[in-house]
Amino acid sequence: MITTENLVKTYALGQTELKALDHINISVKRGEFVGLVGPSGSGKTTLLNIMGALDAPTRGTAEILGRKVESLSHAEAAALRNEHIGFIFQTFNLLPVYTVFENVEFPLLLQHVDAPRRKKLVEEALAWVGLADRANSRPSQLSGGQCQRVAIARAVVKKPEILLADEPTANLDAENSHHIMKTMARLNRELQTTFVFATHDEKVVGYLRRKVTLVDGKVAKDETARAHSGKRGKP
Amino acid sequence: MMTLTLALRNLLGAGLRTWLNVIALSFSFVAIIFLQGFYNGLNDQVERATIDALYAGGQYWNKAYDPFDPLSLDDAHGVPAPELQTLINDHKATPILITRGTIYPQGRFRSILLKGIDPNQQIISIPSTLLRDTSLGIPALIGSRMARSINLKKGDVLTVQWRDAHGTFDARDVTIAEVFRTSVQDIDNDQVWIPLDRFRQLVRMDRQATLVVLGKGVTPAAHIADWNFRDLSFLLSDIHSLVRMKSIGASIMYGLLLFLAMLAIFDTQVLSIWRRRKEMGTLMALGMTRTKLVGLFTLEGALHSALAALVAALYGIPLLAVAANKGFSLPNASDSLGFAIGEKLFPVYSPFLVIGTTLLVCAVTMVVSFMPTRKIAHLKPTDALRGKMT
Repeated sequence: MITTENLVKTYALGQTELKALDHINISVKRGEFVGLVGPSGSGKTTLLNIMGALDAPTRGTAEILGRKVESLSHAEAAALRNEHIGFIFQTFNLLPVYTVFENVEFPLLLQHVDAPRRKKLVEEALAWVGLADRANSRPSQLSGGQCQRVAIARAVVKKPEILLADEPTANLDAENSHHIMKTMARLNRELQTTFVFATHDEKVVGYLRRKVTLVDGKVAKDETARAHSGKRGKP
Repeated sequence: MMTLTLALRNLLGAGLRTWLNVIALSFSFVAIIFLQGFYNGLNDQVERATIDALYAGGQYWNKAYDPFDPLSLDDAHGVPAPELQTLINDHKATPILITRGTIYPQGRFRSILLKGIDPNQQIISIPSTLLRDTSLGIPALIGSRMARSINLKKGDVLTVQWRDAHGTFDARDVTIAEVFRTSVQDIDNDQVWIPLDRFRQLVRMDRQATLVVLGKGVTPAAHIADWNFRDLSFLLSDIHSLVRMKSIGASIMYGLLLFLAMLAIFDTQVLSIWRRRKEMGTLMALGMTRTKLVGLFTLEGALHSALAALVAALYGIPLLAVAANKGFSLPNASDSLGFAIGEKLFPVYSPFLVIGTTLLVCAVTMVVSFMPTRKIAHLKPTDALRGKMT
């Protein structure tokens, strides 16, 4: 589903070159619940961005659903994201002038889904995350946890094959973090959606079935863990 | 359709910010149309008044007549050709005889034009019927500007001197039968109108005329010897030039208002793009292409002008309709414009002006909306998500 081979990403930093990713070789299969963990600056977000076709490798290859990211045009990358990839961000990135319903509806608008079907799918997604009763609220009227659940609903409403989450619990308290993680674990189980997290939050790590540790842009460890029961680690 | 839906959502969702822009832009719409309508009204009124009072359906000039050379008046007279005489007899044309004359208001010498007009004519709007009153000796009409400048009023007697067809000086007293108000200075300033037949006798120019004014809608003859036909486009060319010159001011205002409207949109767009970088990144992450993003932001900007047009229509149409119906009273100083303007000026708002201006402003705002959004075309999704602008 996602494969990287000798993936290198560098950034120009004045006269010098900063190597954010250094020969990364990872393969993520369908239905995996994998986390990229590591300290700040280890390259988690950079790798996640490349896996989401938001960025391209400097060298090496990154293949998503059989398509090489480095050879995609902007429009092709946008189409890939639109059809197959969902994103969840640390700061939720909800559109402030839209209601909850409109935020969740947005990816479907991009896919030109007809209005009755859009309504059905949005209502389903909101019910999934337990926010059916807040459909007409604006993001400013929601708590952080609720905002992140809206972001999850927005990411899953189009039923993507891959869901990428960048520090999804960083702005949430422990209770909300567990709630969010349980929701995502349930989605992973029921929809067989592949989840890739970039995180250094221990609460998230507890839920991961596979943990890839990055240090200085390199894979330091790639270990498979036992699935989280949903009872462990709750405060 | 999707882009339009999103643009409308963004625009209406922005609330007060959008409406402030829309209202400011709507002022530009109304002001531009108001100002242009004002000048259109001016143009229209000047032309209509001059045609009514002076030119009607055009004029036949004696071949020697040159309105810019008073000396030409000594020779610029003759008996109208038979074709013209037929029109005069049928009341489809009226002859006017013009000679140079002199008056002595308060003992000072002043050159004037003496004009003979048929008291029964109905071709031009000079109140010539007042010249039928024979009890006044030689009745005369003068305009209010002329009356003011030489301090004359109805009933006053004025001594007029002229040279007849043989070059002999002669003089008579004329009685002011009426002081008429007119917006057309060309029938007022330094002119004394007297009955045509009497005038012909005094200047010994029997049956002669300097020019013949054709009635409105009367078809001029192809060619008449010794008489040159001057159509309205020729006769009004000076007025058109003058109005064009005055319109330059309006054009500058038009440009300024348009510039202000553009500035409002440009400013909004720049601010919007700067503030919404993260939103752009999110939209790109959700699968929106840069092209669609540029389209979305451009449309948002352009929709400001569409909304502004609607808002402007709400208060602008009643406002402009009242202005067009009631008109604007003009101060006396407006005479100095050199135009034939009445006491009131009625703006003219043609559908072409309203629709044309609306479309122009919309097109300009569309272009101005697009300019700042070009920056998006080079935006990296990862930079945008971090709130950076590349």
